[in-house]
Amino acid sequence: MNLLEVTNVSKRFGGLTANEDVTFSVEAGQIVGLIGPNGAGKTTLFNCVAGFYPPSSGAIVLDGRDIAGLAPEACARAGVARTFQIARTFTSMTACENVMTAAMLSEHKVSAARTSAMQWLAFANLERFADKPAGSMTISEQRRLAVARALAINPRILLMDEVMAGLNPSEVKEAVDVVLKIRQRGIACLVVEHVLEGIMPIADKIVVLDRGCKIVEGTPQQVSSDPVVIHAYLGDA
Amino acid sequence: MKVLAFFCLCLLAALALPAFVDASHLNLAILVLMAAQLGVAWNIVGGYAGQVSLGHAAFYGLGAYTSTLLLVKFGVNPWFGTLAGGVVAATLSLAFGWSCFRLKGHYFAMATIAVAELVQIFFTEWEWGGAAVGLTAPVTNAGWAWMTFSTKLPYYWLALGLLLVTLAVNFWIERSWLGYYFRAIKDEPDAARSIGVNIARYKQIALSVSAFFTALGGSLYAQKELYIDPNSVLSTALSIKMALVSILGGAGTLFGPVIGSVVLTSIEEFTRILYGGTGRGIDTIIYASLIIAVAVFYPSGIVGWWHGLRRRWASRKAAAADAVRAHSAAAAPQAPAGEPS
Repeated sequence: MNLLEVTNVSKRFGGLTANEDVTFSVEAGQIVGLIGPNGAGKTTLFNCVAGFYPPSSGAIVLDGRDIAGLAPEACARAGVARTFQIARTFTSMTACENVMTAAMLSEHKVSAARTSAMQWLAFANLERFADKPAGSMTISEQRRLAVARALAINPRILLMDEVMAGLNPSEVKEAVDVVLKIRQRGIACLVVEHVLEGIMPIADKIVVLDRGCKIVEGTPQQVSSDPVVIHAYLGDA
Repeated sequence: MKVLAFFCLCLLAALALPAFVDASHLNLAILVLMAAQLGVAWNIVGGYAGQVSLGHAAFYGLGAYTSTLLLVKFGVNPWFGTLAGGVVAATLSLAFGWSCFRLKGHYFAMATIAVAELVQIFFTEWEWGGAAVGLTAPVTNAGWAWMTFSTKLPYYWLALGLLLVTLAVNFWIERSWLGYYFRAIKDEPDAARSIGVNIARYKQIALSVSAFFTALGGSLYAQKELYIDPNSVLSTALSIKMALVSILGGAGTLFGPVIGSVVLTSIEEFTRILYGGTGRGIDTIIYASLIIAVAVFYPSGIVGWWHGLRRRWASRKAAAADAVRAHSAAAAPQAPAGEPS
């Protein structure tokens, strides 16, 4: 059974249609890439799944439960974690405290949250920053911290919004390693990404959006040779 | 550890203070303690949770009016009245939060001013509640049983006790999940929601706890003065002072508001003593200038400035130690590094 099923989701802002009848699914433990040119509606769709926008119509079902229109905090409880384009770490806290705050979703006890937070920091290769202020870390470190924080709520699926944008090649590799490690844990990943060389080699499936609609869905090989996709990215050649 | 030692020292000084000062200075000390308590209470929602309220006088007034009305009209003991005032303020903070938390940042602050003004107008017009004339509490039952005294000293102990209780609650909040959630809401509300924090609920919790303790401060004021009117317990200036004490001292820190209150109340009272008699408002001009100076040069408050200074000392000390090490290494290459020359 599919973990996440997005069925005929449309999102309109007044007269503007950002998403039209988008349907796709994510299986448990899969890495699914959501790609498309600028303005294709990737982030809007992403925000609908994470609860930040209520979809205008359509269903979003996680593990048999319709989560469309739930508030972000309710989506988080249901098992959807997310990161943002900018890391949005809690800058008045240390790295460990950032992750602890998320770990408190399952248990309010501070000592238990610390234990769990340290494990997630180690997972993201950030233990050495545990007691450093989050604001003093580099962009790439803060992005990984945001991933560790999102994972600390013990989600079924993690939505990542452009985790690789603006990173240098070695940082992209680090980010890719983290995504692969997440899959090993059985957590599905839905990755919105511009950096195609980062996502193409690791994705189990790619969903391509253009002008709000899904134009193609398939394996990375199928997608990258598809004339419709090439047309959407490059226009008439 | 150092903070704990400093706190114990301050507490000892506060306990010993009444033995050394006269009545007028004791009154100043009471004002400092009361302003500190209000700042600490404000800090819960304004500092930790980052929701800058400029309408807290509403809760202060609700506390003062609840206990005084219960006492004057129904003969209810002020100890109970004080508690009732806290409960009334915390309950009405639900309506306050319901209306104001729809807005963010500056708009939230403006809405809180408006709601507090409404409360002030209500009490100014409310005949049964004393209207603009205010309420005078009876002095017949003096003593601890009725929280009414003819001397200042008992009010000093009450103010100190209330401050300590409020500090203890903040201390607990700061270390519990509430403190983490409040700071998360302040730093990045969207990220807080994405990890399951119901930010509407937690902002309201912060506001209600803050309102409760602000109201206790209001009731204490009413018992100390035995007279209240809308201007003395519901004015916007009062709301601003609660915020200022906390922000100048260091918003979102445990002892910031206490330090802020010592500085601010002293400046306020001394400029009044020195220049207040001229009738030209020089005291308020100096008071305002000092506030602006602190705000411009130490935007993170006195506590933030102190932490910055300590960091600079630490890095200078480390640099000096490095220099000594380099020097001794150059002078005696065989000597182990780090040995004092």
